[in-house]
Amino acid sequence: MFKIAKYIALDIIKSKVVMAYTLLLMAICISVFLTDADVTKGLVSITTIMLIIVPLVSVVYATTYYFNAAEFTELLVSQPISRKNILLGKYIGISSSILSAFLIGVGVPVLLFAFGSTGIILILTGSLLTLCFISLAFLASVAMRDKAKGIGLALMIWFYCSIIFDGLVLVFLYALSDYPLEKVLIAITAFNPIDLARILVLLQLDIAALMGYTGALFQDFFGSGFGIVFSFGLLMVWFVVPLIISLRVFRKKDL
Amino acid sequence: MENIIEVKQLKKSFGKLQVLKEVNCSFGQGGIVGILGPNASGKTTLIKSILGMVIPDAGEVYFGGKPVARSFDYKKQIGYMPQIGRYPDNMKIGELFKMMKDLRNVHDNLDTDLISAYGLDAMYDKAMRTLSGGTRQKVSAALACLFNPKVLILDEPTAGLDPLAAEILKDKIHAEKAKGKLILITSHILTEVDELADDIMYLFEGNIKFHKPLSALKAEAGEQKLGKALTKILTQNV
Repeated sequence: MFKIAKYIALDIIKSKVVMAYTLLLMAICISVFLTDADVTKGLVSITTIMLIIVPLVSVVYATTYYFNAAEFTELLVSQPISRKNILLGKYIGISSSILSAFLIGVGVPVLLFAFGSTGIILILTGSLLTLCFISLAFLASVAMRDKAKGIGLALMIWFYCSIIFDGLVLVFLYALSDYPLEKVLIAITAFNPIDLARILVLLQLDIAALMGYTGALFQDFFGSGFGIVFSFGLLMVWFVVPLIISLRVFRKKDL
Repeated sequence: MENIIEVKQLKKSFGKLQVLKEVNCSFGQGGIVGILGPNASGKTTLIKSILGMVIPDAGEVYFGGKPVARSFDYKKQIGYMPQIGRYPDNMKIGELFKMMKDLRNVHDNLDTDLISAYGLDAMYDKAMRTLSGGTRQKVSAALACLFNPKVLILDEPTAGLDPLAAEILKDKIHAEKAKGKLILITSHILTEVDELADDIMYLFEGNIKFHKPLSALKAEAGEQKLGKALTKILTQNV
C-alpha cells in the first residue's frame, strides 16, 4: 500500500502540476498578507479564496490523475496485491502530494504571518477539505468508467458544494421565511463540507456579530467547543464515508 | 493429475451482452493450452476472470483448489501478458521492472531471459510512452516471465511482434513448458497455436465448443493442419 503510494507521489511530483498549485497558493497568501496590514482581514481573504480553489483543484486533479493512471491500476490488479491496498495506495499517494502542496502553499505563510489559533484552524480545515474532496473525487472516479464522465461528475460535485447549495439554501430560507429556521440551518450546513469549513474559520474571527441574529446563533453553536468538535467530526465524515463507499465499489469493479 | 485452474459455471455479462454463459473448464499442471474463438467470444473475459480483473456474475474460479474471489495471493503464481500492454507513461523501462520487483518484494530467482533476448536492458532509460507497440509487447512478455510463475497466461502474445521476436517468444514458451508449467495462450494465428499447443479449447459466443488434445482434434478431422481441422469440425457442427 505505501509502496504504491510512494510511486504515485513520485510520479505526481515529476508532473509539476502540484508544484504550480503550491506556488499559486503561496503567491496568493503572501500577497494578501503583504498588501493588508490587518492580519484578520488577511485571513478572511485567504479563507474566501481557499474555499474556492482548494476543493476545485483537489477534486479535478485527483479525478484526472485517477483516470490517467488507469493503466497503472490495471497492471497492479494483475499482481498479487489486494484491491483495497491498490485504491488506498492511490489515495495516500495523491492526497499526500496535494496536501503537502496546501501545507507548503498556505500553511507556511499563515504560520509566518498570522500565527495563532485562527491560523491553525484555517490550516486544519483546509487540510480536511482537501481530503474530503479527494475522497469525493475517488467516488466519482470509481462510479464512472469514462474519463470525461468522471471529470464531469467531479465538477458537478464542486458546483453543488460551492454554488448550487447556497442557492438552494437561499430558496429554502425565502420560501419558509415565516418560520424560525436558525437551528434548522445549523443542521443544513452539515450537507456541505465547504460551508462547514467556512463557518469553522469565520466564527474564529469575531466577525460573526456582523451576521445578525443567525450569526449570533451560529457563534453560540459553532463557536463553542462542542460546535468545533461537531463540525470537525462532520468534515471527517465527509472524508471517510466517500472513501469507504469507493473502496466497496472498486472491489467489485471490472477492469 | 490435479487441476491447477478450475472454472465452474462462470457467467458474466456486460450490460445486456452475455459474454460468458456457464463456462466450465479445467486446466491441469503443465502443458500449453491454446484458447481459440472468434472475436468477442469471451476469451479475454475468461482470462480476466481467472486473474480476478473481471468479477463474474455467477460461478467460481478455483486456483490450486481455492476460490479466487476476494483473494490475491494466488497471483504470485501467475504471469500475465495482456493483449495491449498499458503502462504508466512517465515511467522508464528500467523503473518499471524495478517497481514490479519492489511491489512483489521478490529480488532473487528472477527469470531475465527475455529481457536480455530482446535487448531491453539496453533501453532501460527509455520512457514507456515513447515505445512502439511491439516494444511494449516485449516488455509485457518479459514482465510476465520475470517472476518464474507456475502459470503463464498470454493474451495474443505475438500480435504486433516482428517475426524474429515472435520466434524468441515461442522458444521461450517451449522452454517454460519443458519446466512443467501451465501456459494458456489465446491467439488468432492458427499456425502458431498448431506449433505450440498440446490442447485446444474453442470458445464460441460464451460457450466452450470443445476442449481436447490437439492430436485428437486432428485425428477426428483427418487433417494434418490445425487450420483445416478446425474449419472441418466447425462446419460439420453447424
